Amino acid sequence: MAERIQKTEFRIGGIQKSESRREGAGVVALNVLLYALAIVALTPLVWMVCAAFKRGEDLFAYAFLPWDHLGNLSLDNFRLLLSREPFARWLINSLFLSTASTVLSVLLSSLGGFGLAKYAFAGRRAVMLLMLGTMMLPGVVLLPGSYMLMYRLGWIDTYWAIIVPGGVSAFGMFLFMAAMRQVPDELLSAGRIDGCSELRLWWEIALPIVRPMTGAFTLLSFLASWNAFLWPQVILQNEAKYNLPIALANMVALPEYRTEYGTLMAGTLIAIAPVVILFFALQKDFVAGLSSGAVKG
Amino acid sequence: MRIDPYMRRGLWKCQHALAPYLFVGPFGLVFVIFLLYPLVSSLVLSLYDTASPRAMRFVGAGNYRYLLTDWLFWGAVANTAYYTVVFLIVEITLALGLAVLRNSRRVWGRNFLRFAFFSTHLMGHVFVAVLFALLLSPRGGLMNRVLSAITGSEVEINWLGRPELAMPAILIAAWWVSTGYAMIYLLAALQSVEVELYEAAEVDGAGRWSQFVHVTLPGIRPVLVFLVVVGVIGGFQLFELPYVLFGGPGPNGRAVTVVMYLYMVGFEMGNLGYASAVGWMLVVLIAGVSAVQLRLSGALRREE
Repeated sequence: MAERIQKTEFRIGGIQKSESRREGAGVVALNVLLYALAIVALTPLVWMVCAAFKRGEDLFAYAFLPWDHLGNLSLDNFRLLLSREPFARWLINSLFLSTASTVLSVLLSSLGGFGLAKYAFAGRRAVMLLMLGTMMLPGVVLLPGSYMLMYRLGWIDTYWAIIVPGGVSAFGMFLFMAAMRQVPDELLSAGRIDGCSELRLWWEIALPIVRPMTGAFTLLSFLASWNAFLWPQVILQNEAKYNLPIALANMVALPEYRTEYGTLMAGTLIAIAPVVILFFALQKDFVAGLSSGAVKG
Repeated sequence: MRIDPYMRRGLWKCQHALAPYLFVGPFGLVFVIFLLYPLVSSLVLSLYDTASPRAMRFVGAGNYRYLLTDWLFWGAVANTAYYTVVFLIVEITLALGLAVLRNSRRVWGRNFLRFAFFSTHLMGHVFVAVLFALLLSPRGGLMNRVLSAITGSEVEINWLGRPELAMPAILIAAWWVSTGYAMIYLLAALQSVEVELYEAAEVDGAGRWSQFVHVTLPGIRPVLVFLVVVGVIGGFQLFELPYVLFGGPGPNGRAVTVVMYLYMVGFEMGNLGYASAVGWMLVVLIAGVSAVQLRLSGALRREE
């Protein structure tokens, strides 16, 4: 496989081995171009990190860092964020909301996926068609109806309204169903003969086998609720209950944070830090997870 | 307590027979209450004129009739369509170019490049909008600083205040977020094209460009179609980026998207009924565009 990829790379470059003299210059030019583009992509992030550590007067005087007096860099912006705004609270809210809806969604999808993959029962096809149908619909069409439901349940401005509907992921259910089809039936039969209950078959046989997929889906699910804005914005009214996206969106609308934007950048930095840490920790799975569902060319 | 062995076997059989329902049950319950019910309820709501969850008046197809001539709605549709088309053309071209470059010969520091191009996609749209609201600010924003440095004169473009620059501002942020991500897909697709096909093409005397058009492009077509479909669905649901970037509809309403219009009508003005009608109209629009897409990609396949 690796060899094949190597060969493909070579071909797409389209350069024959005999042209090795030109190859040296070509490789350098190619890498220079790629790294220039990479720098363009990273610049906004670097700018954000610099701004988070700069003090008021340096924000406008220097594009990146105040090179001649680096001693002026400080953690003031982070301090301001914690003292002037309930930022710690918002961070904890976001962590709680994302964790809770991820756990619920992984639990419900993996149970359901196992049921659909490994049992024949009345109504199985109907369930699948119904879910497939709803997957095609844009999520916003639910918004007015969901709001009405939450109003009737008395769930407006509560976390229930965010966590519980977050547990429904038809996409997750299909992912788990596809993965659990790969679990050999012989293993399940063997488990049954040994006296395993059906629930233990799910927990002790099926789940460990589909672990890579579970990891990828957990990441996707966490990322989605970490970044969720529209539905929480509709539901949450009390400032103390905000998650980070709502909090930062409100802050950027305030004129004072347009001038003291170092504080805002410090907040954004904190908001994306968990995701970046996850990325570094699980780089391979992350890319595989985000591109799962890609059609093989 | 001792359980009678017959009864025990009966119970055991019972848990096997019931198992699928118990497994699918919890998901099914949440699915029906929190997805199916609101869906139907949205459809019913779209037939009502509402001022609040308690003040409703039946208007039949009135909302839809009004929607057909609501120029604010069609303005939002036009903005959304413009965004989607321009976004996709540039995104796919850039991503394909990058993927071909990344795929060719010896590239140094693959991990660093993957991080550089992919990291932008890790940021949620709200955080991207916050960042770009500041990057694009007229004074002190990095964008104008860079333009000033390039042109050698003081540039103070009011990116977020001029109607004709509203869409470009959104597009710049959107490209920044998603080009690297599209590149990852295309790179995987490029690497899965059979080497033998290139060899055969070379034997037939095909040049580099001809190989690209006749071997590479057909080979990665499924991924291209996938990116277009995902891009259209995402484009039609665009909301956070413009809403946070402009704090609302933007100059002259040039940043209003369909979803933003739905949000403003339903949750700022409180007419949930009309918002539902907007939502279902969006479903119809997406279905229409998808049908055209399927037709087109089918036609392309027959041509080959």
